[in-house]
Amino acid sequence: MKNTIRQVFHSPKFVVGFCIFMAILLTMLVYPFINPGDPLKMIGLGTFAEPGTYVSMYDSVGAPFSTFKIPDADVKRLDKLLTQEDRAKMREWLELAQVDVSELDVGDMDSLLAMWKQHYDPEIRIPGMIKAVRNYYIRLNNSILSASVSDTLKVTDTDEATGETIEKTKISKTDYVNVDDVANVISLPLGTDNFGRDTLKQLVAACGVSISIGLIAGAVATALGLLLGLLAGYLGGWVDDFIMFFTNIFTVIPSFVLLILINYSINQDQRGAGTVALVIGLTSWVWTTRSVRSQVISLRNRDHVNLSRLSGHSLPRIILTDILPYIASYVMMAFILQVSSGILAEAQLSLLGLGPKTTEVPTLGLMMNWAMLYSAHLNGSWWAYFPVILVIALISFSLNLMNTGLDQVFNPTLRE
Amino acid sequence: MTMHDACAVDQHLTLAPKRIGDLENRPLCLSGKGVTKVFGTGAKQTVAVDHVDFAFHEGELVSIVGESGSGKTTLAKMLLGLISVTQGEICFQGKPRDISTSRKKREYWKGIQAIFQDPFSAFNVFNKIDTVLLDCIHMTGGRGLPHAKKVEMMEEACCFVNLKYAELTNKYPFELSGGQMQRLMIARVFLLKPRILVADEPTSMIDACSRATILDMLLQLRDEIGMTILFITHDIGLAYYISDSVYIMEHGKIVEQGTADEVILTPKAPYTKRLISDVPKIYEPWDLTTV
Repeated sequence: MKNTIRQVFHSPKFVVGFCIFMAILLTMLVYPFINPGDPLKMIGLGTFAEPGTYVSMYDSVGAPFSTFKIPDADVKRLDKLLTQEDRAKMREWLELAQVDVSELDVGDMDSLLAMWKQHYDPEIRIPGMIKAVRNYYIRLNNSILSASVSDTLKVTDTDEATGETIEKTKISKTDYVNVDDVANVISLPLGTDNFGRDTLKQLVAACGVSISIGLIAGAVATALGLLLGLLAGYLGGWVDDFIMFFTNIFTVIPSFVLLILINYSINQDQRGAGTVALVIGLTSWVWTTRSVRSQVISLRNRDHVNLSRLSGHSLPRIILTDILPYIASYVMMAFILQVSSGILAEAQLSLLGLGPKTTEVPTLGLMMNWAMLYSAHLNGSWWAYFPVILVIALISFSLNLMNTGLDQVFNPTLRE
Repeated sequence: MTMHDACAVDQHLTLAPKRIGDLENRPLCLSGKGVTKVFGTGAKQTVAVDHVDFAFHEGELVSIVGESGSGKTTLAKMLLGLISVTQGEICFQGKPRDISTSRKKREYWKGIQAIFQDPFSAFNVFNKIDTVLLDCIHMTGGRGLPHAKKVEMMEEACCFVNLKYAELTNKYPFELSGGQMQRLMIARVFLLKPRILVADEPTSMIDACSRATILDMLLQLRDEIGMTILFITHDIGLAYYISDSVYIMEHGKIVEQGTADEVILTPKAPYTKRLISDVPKIYEPWDLTTV
């Protein structure tokens, strides 16, 4: 046993797969301590906030500040204000207004702004320009003016009793707030999803739920397949015929179609993660049964089984001590594959809207379903679906790698 | 028989181990009438054992000789009750054998045991040697014995087969050599002390030195415990050397039977004559045309 484990951990494929899987498990265990709370809590009001660190503007105003004079602060401010697209549009307007822009470099902010301020007039009507575009240029001009004109911003409040405007504070361009002094800073490495929920927190929770679904489905499928395979293979005769009749029926019906039909027939309210896992397990035992049966048939006429029978051992004991240990490695590999396919089956089902009900727990499939329903793939919110796909791929890759590694250890013909 | 042959026979007879003389007076231990085994159905039907009659006496060493595929092992498995009999009746100690339930089978296996051809596949590689031997003690009703007594019995069994129990304890069967494993098999039989031992080619997978030891042990089991031994072999020379009586099997049928001297020194069936001529001889030309 000890020797086998040592051999298994000497297989590079198994070790790589094991490390990836353990890293995912470790993240799942540790992350909830770093970022506790309900993963399904909606923290944002809008949809699909971009990944990044969010600093409360309200808290920044009152926070103690320091003064820094950074030479290129204005340039940076404008850089952030005017995107490459905005600059190209500015050049386009100048061109349409018959201004000579042949020597203008869009990258040179100073000359672009100088030329813009010199020539732009909201009153100029360019033939063929629709109103929406004209308004865009007016908005753009206003923000350029506001950024470059005033050195300070006044923050005012209204006195409720008198209705007078009271000046609260002034914010200068050279005022800086230490992020540590701001009371509310949220870090969202993967932004928020369509419901304004922290995607990373949700992903970690979903990972755990999906792996549990895979484990339950794998355990059910392997246990059922093993039991039926052992009975059919060892007993033979009519028991074998009877079990194989059902196995063959289930083989010819595509299991995914069966899965869809069963899940469709279960009411959404009753379709918890456990139920879905059970249904996946109950539809994927067929191949385990077939392969266990054929292995048992080749084992049952071996001399060591005959010797065990001659020693008067009972049927359960023969199956448990003379047959099961010989196919244990195979069963272990089948289990790993079943876990992997259980996770994938859940993702597929959820993507079709037939997964676990949406109010209780997140799963990897549900996250993709939400991202798809709210068109994350169309509006460029990659953080809502890409990390999910990556995690599914990593889990399934690590499990398959472990399986191949085990296969190499237990099957001498595959050893390099 | 020429003068030269007669001399050779005399010489052989003095070299061969003592045969049991009073076969007819001994009670029947295992007998069968019209025993048949058919595998498969319809066009794929194969008759492996075809209406075989036999009668084995208490305490004799019987050899069943035949080439590969002649049905020897199938017959042995039927006698052991490991596979069902298609047709025919087997009597055990004078009464028709009844192995219809697992309890009755377990009772039957207290009276009949086996040694298999391949010692390397005969043991469960996950069980330690102690487990193998303890199982035998438990099977013969020794479950309640104190541990010291069980160890004493295992030591005695190992001593019988020239193995040291202290060196075997906590070891797995695959850590032993082929010859040692086959001797461990005999130690198992020694503990169980069945009435009949079916030895299915016990020496064909081990080297010549170990072979002599195994054969000697089988003879000891016959002489000291009075066990009936069914020795299945393809080697007629070996059969002549150790058996009291011989059955020759060809294509599932018994073509000749009798005492070892009758069958081998004065063969009647052409198949027996062929088998005898196939035995390699060192000092005589060897006819390879029949091989």
